[in-house]
Formats: sequence, structure tokens, C-alpha cells
Amino acid sequence: MREDKWQPMGPLARAGAPKGPGSGNAKQGMRMTGAQAVIASLEAEGVELVFGYPGGHAIQIYDALYDSTLIRHVLARHEQGAVHEADGYARATGDVGVAIVTSGPGATNTVTGIATAYMDSVPLVVVTGQVPRAVIGTDSFQESDIVGITMPIVKHSYLLKSVGDIARTFREAFHVAKTGRPGPVLIDVPSDLAQEEVVFEYPDEVNIPSYKPTYRGNARQVRAAAALIAESERPVLYAGGGVVSSSASDQACRLMRDFGIPAVTTLMAKGAIPTHEPLNLGPVGMHGSKYANRALNECDLIIACGARFSDRVTGRIDSFAPHAKVIHIDIDPAEIGKVREAQVPIVGDLSIVLGALLEELESAGARPDTAQWVEEVFGWRRDLPVLDPRALEVPGQIVPEVALAQLSGMLDPQRSIVTTEVGQNQMWAVQFIDRELPRTFLSSGGLGTMGFGLPAAIGAALAFPDDQVVCIAGDGSMQMNSQEMATAAVNGAAVKVVVLDNRALGMVRQWQKLFYGKRFSATELSDNPDFVKLAQAYSWEAESVSSPEEVQGAFERMLASEGPYLVDVRISRDQAVFPMVAPGGELGCELAAADCRVDEWERARNGLAGDDLDGGEL
Amino acid sequence: MSEMKHVMSVLVENKSGVLSRVVGLISRRGFNIESLSVGPTEDPSRSRITIIVMADDEAYEQITKQLNKLVVVYKLQDLTNDSYIERELVLFKVSAPPEKRSEVVEIANLFRANIVDVGASELTIEATGSQNKLQGMEDLLATYGIKEITRTGKIAISRNSKGA
Repeated sequence: MREDKWQPMGPLARAGAPKGPGSGNAKQGMRMTGAQAVIASLEAEGVELVFGYPGGHAIQIYDALYDSTLIRHVLARHEQGAVHEADGYARATGDVGVAIVTSGPGATNTVTGIATAYMDSVPLVVVTGQVPRAVIGTDSFQESDIVGITMPIVKHSYLLKSVGDIARTFREAFHVAKTGRPGPVLIDVPSDLAQEEVVFEYPDEVNIPSYKPTYRGNARQVRAAAALIAESERPVLYAGGGVVSSSASDQACRLMRDFGIPAVTTLMAKGAIPTHEPLNLGPVGMHGSKYANRALNECDLIIACGARFSDRVTGRIDSFAPHAKVIHIDIDPAEIGKVREAQVPIVGDLSIVLGALLEELESAGARPDTAQWVEEVFGWRRDLPVLDPRALEVPGQIVPEVALAQLSGMLDPQRSIVTTEVGQNQMWAVQFIDRELPRTFLSSGGLGTMGFGLPAAIGAALAFPDDQVVCIAGDGSMQMNSQEMATAAVNGAAVKVVVLDNRALGMVRQWQKLFYGKRFSATELSDNPDFVKLAQAYSWEAESVSSPEEVQGAFERMLASEGPYLVDVRISRDQAVFPMVAPGGELGCELAAADCRVDEWERARNGLAGDDLDGGEL
Repeated sequence: MSEMKHVMSVLVENKSGVLSRVVGLISRRGFNIESLSVGPTEDPSRSRITIIVMADDEAYEQITKQLNKLVVVYKLQDLTNDSYIERELVLFKVSAPPEKRSEVVEIANLFRANIVDVGASELTIEATGSQNKLQGMEDLLATYGIKEITRTGKIAISRNSKGA
């Protein structure tokens, strides 16, 4: 965890806590209401920042929050925004993110946010108000069965039945959220319970007999993995989000560097291995580079680290990496063997298991001979660039890849966080923005939630107020949670938003163009609002650029500005993300897109494909 | 891979909503529950759910791993390959006009089943046992006309002393 994180004004109540969060707590043993116990529990957990939105059945909790000197509350403009903000805060810091909302619609509005966090294993505690216990089940005003609704998308959930359960439940919820495979936990608090009185006793210890994650890998399996690595000739380290959640970047980098093992990264692992590392081949999968995909597909050993063989990585599974044996390390046993059989499954915390594996390899003096393999992979990287450089030259037009590479060069590698929305903007960002540190690239990977990037950036910016925090957005996603621009402005979150504005739902449009006979059903957003005026309406600074020469200056002004800033970058509708493995296609068979794209431009220049271009709109 | 019957004995927290978590997870992952029964155990804070599903080995492994992840699940035992005892209780309401009544009673006696209710033209029979026995009984009773059947779902327990 970084030291420059946002610090509360007052002293921490738990400072010097000898045992656990309970006994060092200033409110321990005090008589209080259930609502006050909720806030005291959050304080005991060291929560400094919560995101939320009040309502009828959350009034008492908000009333208790009003007195807290330790917790800063950030009022979102929509409950979905609040949960994504807590999520962005959690991803950036590694702490548990907390959101508080009311019952009924407040609670149901959190569903997409909770599902997003669940799919990407982000630790959250979501506190929902609920109608009084006596009327639960009677369809009373603003009642929704949020525990039932969220059951498939939470790691665990609680419906509080007694005021005496509050402290223990919060203790358990934070423990469950952040240990093992992290995930969101929901606590539903009936409003009558918030009024009852209780003596606050926050437990030091937490003991859930039915929940005991495995941290240490089985020693015999670790030895078996070391043996497989030692005898491999073409190994690949396949890094997933687990490298980030387990803080295993150092161990993963040592395995890569010290043993000459090329690495590929999933969307969730962006930043877990620094971009500048020569053996880091970068993003893999549907929009991964041809060389990274080929390395993964043609290797003889996959060392899967906190990764889950998502269909967006593997392409067609029955032809994926046909010659590879698999070492699969994950803290969640259910991920191992779910998609691809593992010859050596290891259940455990990645940093601990990789540490043991490195020790085993080092003490055995085992080192695979990978020189030839590395040379081969580097050759592919030389010969098969992510994009044909000719595709990046389009006179008079802003090419998104070029613009993002420019932005990447302007960001402080140690003090910047990039979030993305979902779609083309996200794929270009993962391809062209360099990241050197884990927790500095925040993107909705599993659920693919449009509307995530802006609120996540706000959460990250409030956690690290001195960092550059930039959200790469599209014009579609920007309209999904644009109300959160108010949250940023009011709470001093100096987020920067780059809207790659093609006046279309670009990724779907790209599929329609490639696979649906150019039938652009419902993907053109010709009547977008004026994003500059919209941002200005929320007291943001903003500007629009439409020619390549303007980009650098706009990004400089954006990064230099004190407050939130939006740059509307006008690009052509026909900019597409390449390379691309067709959906359901084999990993080795990327559409020869860089090349077909060059062809396309050449045809366009010769007036043969003009109907596909933006018709001189720019 | 072929589907086979799996008998799961799942020890869970005895709290409201737990059954719905377990059952929801199984159906969400695309499996059909053949039989389900639930009740408290020797420890009143825990319940045991006996679930029978048809699944191939790979899919079954995934269900058990996912169930084990639920915070409310203490322990999950697959009884399928162990030696175990399985029982189900069935209530049959059989058409039995006075002239046929003694025949139906005789069938019940042969299967060591009990007559638990007698009506003017029907008998209600309570039977327990293995699937084969109950099926055999059902087939015989069917010739008299079964008006209604209700079953408890199977419960199972391992023969070894450790248990789940």
C-alpha cells in the first residue's frame, strides 16, 4: 500500500490497537443506537472514505455518520456511481471500498456496481438500508429483497436480524471481503434496528469455521511445478488479476526475469508487470498483440498466475495452446480446471506460492534453457508489431492509438492512474498506455461495465489526490454515468477525462462492420450532446480537438489543470481495434487486421471505400 | 463424458436463506436437482442438505468447488463413491374401493409399508426404502390407480464412522 494515500483529518481511533480492531476502538463498550454501531464498526475497520446516497431507510445511518470525525462521506449522484467509486478506491488502494445506500431503488441501483466488483474480485462492503423487520415481505414502500437479488453476485451477504449482531457482522464482512479471493459483501440493515440501542463491542478476532481460505501452496505441488518449469523449453508466464490482488508483482517479475520466462498479461493484470520489462509481451487475447498471442498459443508450459482462462483470452478453447502443460496457481480452487485442465494445480495465495516456487527453483539450481525461445518470441515482436506503422498515419485525422501513445508519454509513470470505460477506448488504452505499477490501470474486465471508468477514476482520485488520474472514455460510455461529473466537481476529485468521440458505439459497430454485413443497427450516436458544454455545466474545464496537431496541447492543458477536465477527442467512426481474434476464433488466427486496415485506407484514398468513412464530418 | 448420479451431503449453517444460496448456486450453474431434502442435525446450529444431481465428472467437480466457496457451507461430502445408505419416504394415495382394499393392504404389507389413512374408496400408504423398492411398489400400486404421490426427497448417510 502506498503511503501518500488520502489521510483523514483526525487521529485514527485504532492507532496503537494492540490486538484487533475492537479493543483499540474509542467507542468500545459505549451504549449507542444500531445506526451509530454501523458507523462505529466502519471506524473500527479503519474506513476513512465512504461513498453513498441517503434515503428514507438510511436516514439513521446518515444521521450517525454526521457525527463521525473519522469518516469522510462522498455523495454520489447515483447509487451505481457510488459503488463504482468505492470500487475504484478499492482497486487503487487495495483496501476495502465502502458504499452506503438506502433500500428499494437505492439498493437495486447498486446491482451493476456489485456485479462489476464480483467479476473482477474487488473487495467491497455495501451497506443497504432496509424496511423495518416487521414489514419485510409486505411490499412496503421502497422495499426490495436486495439480499435475494444480489445472491449470485456477492461473495457473501447478511440481512441483519438483531442489533446485537451488527458489530460481529461488520467484522466478518470486512474479513470475508478482503481475504481469500476478494469480493463484494452486502449488509442489509432494517431501519428499525438502526434505532434500537446496543452496547458496542467490536470483536478483535474473527472466526468463521466454514470459511478458511488456503494460503500456502501444497509443498509437493510446488516441487512438481518447479520440476516442470526446469524441464520446459518454451514456458510462458500468464499473469492475471490475481497478481494485483495478491501483491505478487515482485515475485512474478523475478520468475520472469531470473528464469528467462516471457510473460503475457490479461486486462486485469495490466501494470502488474511493468511495461518496460523486455520479457513482458503485454496484453494477450482477443485484442492482444500477435506476438503475445502466438507465444501463449505455441508455448510448452503455461504458468497461470491468478488468471482464469477467460474466453476473451483463450479464443476457441479446444484449439488453445495445444502443446502446453499447465501449472495453475489460484487462491480460488474453483478456477483451477474450470476451463483448462491443469497438470499441476496449486491452491494458495499467489505471492506466497510464487515465493515458495522461486525458493524451490533457486535451491535446486534449476533453470530452464529458454534462450532460443526468447529469441524466437522477440523475433515475432520485431516482425509482427501491434499495428502496421502505416495504419497510424492518416493525414488530417486523429488516430486514437497515436493520441493515447502521446498521452502515455505525458503521464508520470510513478504517480498516475488510468481508468477506462468499456469498448474500443478500453482496448486502445490497454494496448497503448504504458503502466509501470500495479493498481494504476483500473478497468471493468469481467463484466465489461460501460459507465465504470468515470466513477472509478473519482474513487481513485480521492484516494490519491496528488496523482494524475485519467479516464479513457468513449462517447457512449461517457453518457452512462455522466452525472458523476458533479461528484467529482463538488468533492475536489481532479479527474481528467479523454473522450474518444466517434459518435458511435464503436466496438459493436466494429463487429457489425466485420461480421454483420455493415448493418449498423442502433450503434450510431449522431445526436450526442456537446461534451464540452456538458462538462462546463458541471463546472469542469473542457475542450474539443479534431485535428492531430491540437492533441498535444490539449493534453498538456488537461494535465496541468487544477480541477477536473474533459477533452473531447473527435475521431473517425471507422477507427477500429486491431489486431482482433474473431469471436470464437482460434488464438493463432488474428484477423490480419493491421494489414487489412492499411488496405482499407489505401482503398479509401483511392475513393473505393468512401462510404465507410465519416463522410468528411471531421 | 457421460452424466451420472451424484449424491451430495452438504453441511450448512442453520439460518434463513441458506437453502436458497445452495440451491440457487446449483441451478445458476446449469444443473437440475433430482432430489433435495433438508433438516437440522445433531448440532442445532447446522443443517444437512442431501442433494442428488445428474452431472458428468468435470461439471460435478465445478459444482462442489463452487458450493465449498459459499461462506455458509461447512463441509461437503460426495457419497456417490462411498458406501452409503439412502432412504426416501413416500406417501401414496391409492384408489381402493372396498372390494380391492384387501389386495392393496397386502401389497403394502409385502413392502413393509404402513397404512396411515383409510377413506371410503382410498388408502394412504407410507413407505420408506431404497429407490428400487419404492419403484417396485409404485408399479404394483399403479394398477389400482394412484391418485397422488408425495416424496420427501432422498436422504443419505455414509456407512463409515467419520461422516461429513
